[in-house]
Amino acid sequence: MLEWFSHAENTKPLGLLIFFVTFCLIVLWVYGSRKRGARLEEHKHIPFLDEADDVKDDKHG
Amino acid sequence: MAAVQTQVAQQYNYDIVKKFAVMSLVWAVVGMAVGVFIASQLAWPVLNFDIPYITFGRFRPVHTGAVIFGFGGSALFATSYYVVQRTCQTRLWAPGLATFTFWGWQAVIVLAALSYVMGYSQGREYAEMEWPIDLLILFVWVAYLAVFLGTLMNRRQPHIYVANWFYLAFILATALLHVFNNLAVPVGLFSMKSYSLFSGAQDAMTQWWYGHNAVGFFLTAAFLGMMYYFVPKQAGRPIYSYRLSIVHFWALSFMYMWVGTHHLHWTAIPDWSSTLGATFSIMLLLPSWGGMINGIMTLSGAWDKLRTDPIMRFMIVALSFYGMSTFEGPLMSLKDVNALSHYTDWTVGHVHSGALGWVAMISFGALYHMIPRLWNTRLYSEKLVNAHFWLATIGVLLYITAMWISGISQGLMWRAFDEYGNLQYSFVESVAAMHPFYAMRAIGGGFFLTGMLIMAYNAYMTIRQGVREARIAEARVGPVAA
Repeated sequence: MLEWFSHAENTKPLGLLIFFVTFCLIVLWVYGSRKRGARLEEHKHIPFLDEADDVKDDKHG
Repeated sequence: MAAVQTQVAQQYNYDIVKKFAVMSLVWAVVGMAVGVFIASQLAWPVLNFDIPYITFGRFRPVHTGAVIFGFGGSALFATSYYVVQRTCQTRLWAPGLATFTFWGWQAVIVLAALSYVMGYSQGREYAEMEWPIDLLILFVWVAYLAVFLGTLMNRRQPHIYVANWFYLAFILATALLHVFNNLAVPVGLFSMKSYSLFSGAQDAMTQWWYGHNAVGFFLTAAFLGMMYYFVPKQAGRPIYSYRLSIVHFWALSFMYMWVGTHHLHWTAIPDWSSTLGATFSIMLLLPSWGGMINGIMTLSGAWDKLRTDPIMRFMIVALSFYGMSTFEGPLMSLKDVNALSHYTDWTVGHVHSGALGWVAMISFGALYHMIPRLWNTRLYSEKLVNAHFWLATIGVLLYITAMWISGISQGLMWRAFDEYGNLQYSFVESVAAMHPFYAMRAIGGGFFLTGMLIMAYNAYMTIRQGVREARIAEARVGPVAA
């Protein structure tokens, strides 16, 4: 079994499969649910949570 | 105002951010000045003056080291320390270690430049530093990772904002790349000279695995982290799509590591690895453009800011150059296009459309946004920012146009045959044909450097103004507090 992993011709497509499936799962996780999507989009406001510190920022966000 | 300032100073460690921000400007001036000088040497070789220490061969890594690691690296340290504190709403972890990263990193840049001028080089592009300097980089980088991770772990905000993901990927990938690319055996304990652990085609593949991922993670992922914080802040509106930023991050992280071999088409490396590099380069177009669109669309509904805000203009033009370079890169990775473009000035032009157009412009935007806030004041002059913007834009356009014409002419001249099947042009004829474009490139660089000098002056005056205002505020508050 371990020898199977020692051959590059086996591990290369296996690696590709693992990475590709993982990436598809991430995309599914991000766009798969409207509720989760709305929750994720909430995080875009994080840079604005410390607005009060921008004391001289009267022109921009 | 002074009370708020004290509160901010207590909440965040701005001291280290200020130091790195100032040094990024210093290294930008030094690195770009050396760049203009070596560009002039190529146009007018008499400028080598027969002095070995300042010849093109020794000054070229001084230029790349100062702009990539001095200017770009210091800007990344400054912005990452600023962004991680503000988005995690916590103070930087281990301030002593953070101070070590500052002095250690500056020592790396100075020692590297001195060693190149003295003639020491590993001969590995963007990693010319010999082994003692490589070890110092390793210590600094581990300290950087510790400070960044420690701050993330101490965060008051439950979610880690996406900009920090990009910064962390940059820190981790750079550590990996630096260690494996620099595996070498020193000639002796007290000798600067060392020899690589790899040889032949393996060595070439290791070098370009490092080289292209230095572009991918140091010059792209990290500056995308900068973009994901500073573009929304300057625009006054959140990023267009947070979900797109997540997919952008993972797609870049999965794909970038595979593309290095497109630098070695038509060489002794296995053909499949060359094809693999080209295939992943083409696929990279999707996440790159996804990220660019995400950044640009942040301005959706507020396009007028492009007319009124020169800092925003820097950022949007940077994103446009990012889109253009990430289209040109995959195009050049195609084997047939590469047969024409490789070893020519087209590659140099491509690198600079990314380095000047994307990396430098987004850094300028971020620094113009950050410096007044660090010193709790207003920018000294918006007119000077505007002048800088136009000088920089004209400079980049002159540079890349010159290199496109020069590179494509070179490629075509080198492959031209006469009616008898002999090469139509000698190499020196192609060199002579390049002269006007080399002069044009030096002029373009001169424009960019002039803009940089204006920025340095504007930043200096802004800092001076901030210091003066702080003194006045202290003097006013002093008697009350007493």
